[in-house]
Amino acid sequence: MATSRLFTNLDQIFILLRNWLVDFLPAALRPAAGIVLGVITIVCLFPGLFALTTVFERKGLGRIQNRLGPNRVGPFGFFQPVADGIKSLTKEDIVPFSANAVVHFLAPLSLVVAVFMEFAVLPMGRNMVLVDLNAGLLFFFSMSASTELSVFMAGWSSRNKYSLLGAMRAVAQMISYEVVLLLSSVSVVMIAGSLSLPKIVDAQNSYTGIFPHWYIFTPWGLAGFVMYAIAATAETNRSPFDLPEGESELVAGYHTEYSGFKFALFFLGEYLAMFAISGLGTTLFLGGWSAPFSFLTFIPSWIWFFSKVMLSIFVFIWMRGTLPRLRQDQLMNFAWKFVLPFTLLNLFVTALWRFMGDGWMRWVVCTVILAAAYVLMGRLSMRNEHFGPRRYRYAE
Amino acid sequence: MLGEGILKGMAETAKNFFGSYVSKERMTTVEYPEERIPTIEAARVFPFLVYDGADWEAGLRCVACQICEKECPPKCIYIDKSKDKKPDYVGKQQFYPTRFDIDVSVCMSCQICVEVCPFEAIKMDNEFELATDDRFGGLLYDRKQLARSNEYYHSIHPTEASQVDARLGEEKAKVEAKAKAAAEAAAAKTAASAPPAPPTGGGS
Repeated sequence: MATSRLFTNLDQIFILLRNWLVDFLPAALRPAAGIVLGVITIVCLFPGLFALTTVFERKGLGRIQNRLGPNRVGPFGFFQPVADGIKSLTKEDIVPFSANAVVHFLAPLSLVVAVFMEFAVLPMGRNMVLVDLNAGLLFFFSMSASTELSVFMAGWSSRNKYSLLGAMRAVAQMISYEVVLLLSSVSVVMIAGSLSLPKIVDAQNSYTGIFPHWYIFTPWGLAGFVMYAIAATAETNRSPFDLPEGESELVAGYHTEYSGFKFALFFLGEYLAMFAISGLGTTLFLGGWSAPFSFLTFIPSWIWFFSKVMLSIFVFIWMRGTLPRLRQDQLMNFAWKFVLPFTLLNLFVTALWRFMGDGWMRWVVCTVILAAAYVLMGRLSMRNEHFGPRRYRYAE
Repeated sequence: MLGEGILKGMAETAKNFFGSYVSKERMTTVEYPEERIPTIEAARVFPFLVYDGADWEAGLRCVACQICEKECPPKCIYIDKSKDKKPDYVGKQQFYPTRFDIDVSVCMSCQICVEVCPFEAIKMDNEFELATDDRFGGLLYDRKQLARSNEYYHSIHPTEASQVDARLGEEKAKVEAKAKAAAEAAAAKTAASAPPAPPTGGGS
């Protein structure tokens, strides 16, 4: 009994801590103070995680390429982010002469603020959600869509052709994949019957034997998760969809004209968006804060949430270390000709799953439809592709 | 099938990622200031002056002929010729440099000075950590800083140094033989032109 109480307390440690701190204040101020504490925690926690991720990413990429990665600053190079931070703080903040100074200044700020707002609705553990909106998913997507505006503000106000091209690419890409992102989440909403993220987690937080009811373990969930992951990678401008900042052709894309701390803010925004979108993916498909096996439920829920998020971040890094960048037309074709139709089909399959009732029949039908569609669409889209060495028409 | 290549690629990078922790051969990085690999024999960075024996000033092979100064493409060698002479390695009286400066900041490591030197006096070093915080005085090396012993030359370029030593030894032997022959001839001459020989002497 005592141990289970201990585990419950450990699970709720942040809630208890917040309540304990808030109790020092008069009753009228308590709800507001609770929110402020939550905001402060989010604002401190995720940049810290971002600092850790940058060093892990650099070391991981190094290992993928059989290098060592940064190992000079501090033990094993773990103080590298501190050095990077000092560097970006002491750098000169350059605003181009013909840039629109106000918009140029506002772009990184509005990006970071919008991305931070996304965390408000993410349930990071049992009862650990800042605002339990009943349309939390919608709020999340509206916030993530507003980052596109910041990106375009940055590109437009810089008055630089590379910035503008990068911003145009970014907006085209983000809008195309936003559709996929939304539609792949809609299938989860169809099954869970709610737009509230804590409710979606609750719907997945039950077990058959020792196995959880996560949506990724259903045919439509797996397909939806794959589509969601593709769209999330494109949405956060990560490799292989990092065209908006393709260093080799666009210098740095929309943040070409940013230096010093404004650049660091863009960098922070990109990583925070990655955390947020991984958090949402975890919530929608990977059971949020629920444990992967029923006998592991004693481990605090927030540990599960953050391990799943970090695992997705690791996959992001892994993909970045593996895949080359796509071409703009390939990117668009992939979004509109493969991912979007497949997601629409997945919606249909989800409906089928919902109305076929329990039993093994729906497993077979849904799996067959999705697998056949995947193979068929793959064949069709690769029909006219020629792989192998490139043939030159005139240069030979 | 669609996505097959991506999975293959991901497997490859995963193999690299985990392999780099277990296999030493995968990691080619040399962490330079702490670890270093020996430079190859043909490495050359900046010239130095060779001296024989223990005393660098007495043993300098350079005879201040100034060929290298004239041939140097960026003109970074500065030589002052001495007024007096001193014997070189074969004992011949030669000038020597009272000043022999090379500007590191100008030198382009072309090795032309080495190629034109008839006395095997200037060679290329493989020392590459030449950075200094004094950009005027610190980058102009005088003859004391440039002087390196023949042993050092052997240690960095063994093959080349042995060839040079063989050539010098040959030359020295030739000169000695010549000197010996000359001395003998002189001795013979003196003997021949010596005051009246004893009557029984049959000339030698």
